Amino acid sequence: MISAETRKKYTATIGIECHVQLRTKTKLFSAVSNEAYEASPNTLISHIDLGMPGALPVLNKKAVDYAISIAFAFNTRPQKYSYFERKHYFYPDLPKGYQITQLAKPIIVGGYVTIDVDGKSKDIRLNRVQMEEDAGKSMHPEGKDYSLVDLNRAGTPLLEVVSEADMHSAAEAKAYAKELYLIARYTDVSLADMYKGNIRFDVNVSVSKTDALGTRSETKNLNSFRSVEKAVEYEINRQIELLEKGEKVVQETRGWNDAKQKTFSQRSKEEAHDYRYFPEPDIPPLDLDEAWITLIEKNMPVMPAEWRQRLSGLGLDSQQISTLFDAQEETNADYLSLIEANLEDKERAKTYANWIVNYEIPFRRAIPGGLNDHSSRWPVYDQLYNLQVKNKLSSNSVKALMIELLKLHKVQLPVSIEKYAEEKGYIQVSDEAEIEAIVKEVIQENQTAAQDVKNGEMKAIGFLVGQVMKKSQGKANPELAQELIKKVLR
Amino acid sequence: MSTWPAIAQIAADVSAGKTKATDLVAESLKRIQDTQEYQAIIAVITDRSVVRARDIDARVAKGEKIGRLAGVPFIAKDNFLTFGSETTAASNILKGFKAPYQATAIELLEAEGAICVAKANLDAFAHGSSTENSDFMTTKNPHDSKRVPGGSSGGSATAVVLGLAPFALGTDTGGSIRLPAAFTGAVGYKPTYGLVSRSGVIAMASSTDVIGPLTTTVEDAALVLDVMAGKDRLDSTTIDRDKTSYTVLGSDIKGKKIGVIKEYMGQGLDPEIKRSIDASIAKLKTSGAEITEVSLPSLTLALACYYIIMPAEVSSNLSRYDGQHYGYFAQNAKNLEESYNWSRSEGFGDEAKRRIMIGTYVLSSGYYDAYYKRAQLIRTKLIKEYEKAFSQVDFLLGPTAPMVAFEIGQNVSDPLQMYLTDIMTVGANLAGVPAISIPVGSAHKLPIGLQLLAPQRQDRALLALAKAAEEVLV
Repeated sequence: MISAETRKKYTATIGIECHVQLRTKTKLFSAVSNEAYEASPNTLISHIDLGMPGALPVLNKKAVDYAISIAFAFNTRPQKYSYFERKHYFYPDLPKGYQITQLAKPIIVGGYVTIDVDGKSKDIRLNRVQMEEDAGKSMHPEGKDYSLVDLNRAGTPLLEVVSEADMHSAAEAKAYAKELYLIARYTDVSLADMYKGNIRFDVNVSVSKTDALGTRSETKNLNSFRSVEKAVEYEINRQIELLEKGEKVVQETRGWNDAKQKTFSQRSKEEAHDYRYFPEPDIPPLDLDEAWITLIEKNMPVMPAEWRQRLSGLGLDSQQISTLFDAQEETNADYLSLIEANLEDKERAKTYANWIVNYEIPFRRAIPGGLNDHSSRWPVYDQLYNLQVKNKLSSNSVKALMIELLKLHKVQLPVSIEKYAEEKGYIQVSDEAEIEAIVKEVIQENQTAAQDVKNGEMKAIGFLVGQVMKKSQGKANPELAQELIKKVLR
Repeated sequence: MSTWPAIAQIAADVSAGKTKATDLVAESLKRIQDTQEYQAIIAVITDRSVVRARDIDARVAKGEKIGRLAGVPFIAKDNFLTFGSETTAASNILKGFKAPYQATAIELLEAEGAICVAKANLDAFAHGSSTENSDFMTTKNPHDSKRVPGGSSGGSATAVVLGLAPFALGTDTGGSIRLPAAFTGAVGYKPTYGLVSRSGVIAMASSTDVIGPLTTTVEDAALVLDVMAGKDRLDSTTIDRDKTSYTVLGSDIKGKKIGVIKEYMGQGLDPEIKRSIDASIAKLKTSGAEITEVSLPSLTLALACYYIIMPAEVSSNLSRYDGQHYGYFAQNAKNLEESYNWSRSEGFGDEAKRRIMIGTYVLSSGYYDAYYKRAQLIRTKLIKEYEKAFSQVDFLLGPTAPMVAFEIGQNVSDPLQMYLTDIMTVGANLAGVPAISIPVGSAHKLPIGLQLLAPQRQDRALLALAKAAEEVLV
């Protein structure tokens, strides 16, 4: 283990390449279903995916739509002019002998992603985003003298997002990975199912004591934020240890062993591959029409970075925002849309955001199976809020009612919350005359305390309010009661 | 050599019930049988042809409309994917390959009632100018069986000249339709790049490959083109066709500005061919054409440029023949590496290997800029020269080839000499412009071809001029 002091002497530099699988109905270049998950091997293939003689790729327009919206999500515009290239290598899961990808003129150049680490935001610049097709899947059954190839995945559309080496800690790497995931979700370009490998990360890590960058390792195919964080952490430590021992870091490709929580060497020095890239002659260059770009720009949904600002404007702290983001992904309860629908009324939006973070999410997390039919819940919010605004519910009653209604959700929600609250005795009395009568009674019965209040001993006022609440069976509005006590005793 | 009526006439007769499609197919199959010594045909599609012919006859009897090629037999170069036979591209590596789908061109022709009766020989993967690179056999020139028919669509050209079918399909990557047309005395048409879908045609060099007809008359070529032309959703490089039919010909030579390509008329041109071309030019002039001389200086670099770009694309396009999914594979390979190496070493012929090696070399890092990138620059320059030339004249003219059909074996050991046969045809491919070779006169008692070129998308105008020229010259 290296000491914290040794660790401090080194700066880690991290760049990440991320493959995002697009959720198009069909593949990037063929009219075959893109739903490869759980399909029987080699059932989702056409002559194009098989690389049959005479087969030509035809670009999926929807994939281009998705790339365009990702450009806006990355705070830039797509390149008007881009083209595909062929990357050559031989492998049985690559039937054409080349992958169709982009190199010299990718669809997106530049842009950045804003990440949030412990409430501090930072921009991670992007080098490029390129469209490309996935290869098939090779399987090597243990102890067998053959390998198997499944081409269902061949031709699946991917966006490869290449960051600049702008990250310097495992936490930043994790935050970046997560932000890409959120962007993929919010733009809706990908199903972004990490478990199914819809998003995969390759992390490039180097460490150095000077301004010059150290030799980097590339750890490939990480499919969770946690593994990104752990692999980066592991690599930083491993490389510092090597350097401290006077050894060298080897430029190599490494894999991640999740069970051992370790990276391991896969192949060193890139085996001097020459991919012989050249422009794909079967697909004309993309020359994007300005109207096409603008249409997509107009319909861009709000991205997580802007949501973070909005929610912080509504008084949520970075931890709460993160909780809300997680919950938004975990359940199909669309909290953000509810908040968005009420953004014009800031107080209301603020209240809803707080209810979601403080009651809704913890409750949902506690019950197995969760609550699925969420949209029917939102009228509950509106009714509760209206009652609160009219001073008919105390904040404690709101909380209690919210929990009750969450519990009731799976059984049957009451049609009128007000009627329900009344029956259950939650409605507070805010009628001045009525409360004043009780206040007078209470003062009459508690002369000593009343005198104390008159003498400026404010502790006693709490006692009197308590008595008013008791007498009203909890229905009195406590704030109003306090004011009235002061008024009567003045 | 037997002949056929005009294709439109055949189709009209079949549609009217005057001629039976079954008889046409039987006649075609018989002629194929009788001319085997020319080795023009790789595979005969007997069963499917007969079934289709019977179906057409039955539909005619019922009064149904068949189409503009009703019952017309044709022969496809064996790099077109077709049902009813293997599709091999005359290569060992694809021997036994049965296409799971058909080329768009074949589908379009069949939809109009045409019947594909056979697959023609070619240089394997269309790599060559003589059919001597076929992994199976060399086709013989119908005018002199000691000589080559030209290539790579040599089987198709020979088939048409021998009258095996009213038309044949070829592919033209650097001259592979026009050269054999010139060597055998056929009409060979190379359309504008992208006018006919390449889907289902085994790729040679994707950026210059085009599909076109070989026929005995310009009129027949126009009809076949008209059926095949147009945008295809399976080929993103296809372009919109003319709204007017390509068969509407009727043109006058008078007043047409024709530029004679200077670079094609000088050194290296067989003097007898020059005399014949000059005579043709004189006749066109007499008919009222305005003849001028036009220079495209970069044409002298066109062949060199082509022999970089083409092998680059070939090396890429041939990557898929790796023995892993279909076609030939080395049975005795002990591991993946051996399987790749042996399948490709044993499956590909010498010329394919030569082009794979050249292509791999010019695309390699460190050489890419010096070769591939520079060749693309020259290509752009050449395109601009064509544009400039076409701003001065309506059409360009020259011989199709600098020589007549050579003897079998003459150039086999000298690939460079073989590549020189393309010198007058590759320019049109690099620029994507349409070009046609029509037979005019002879030299050394062998046919020669006159080549006419037009700007991109001016296919109809070019066919119209060629038709008018055919009337004056042939």
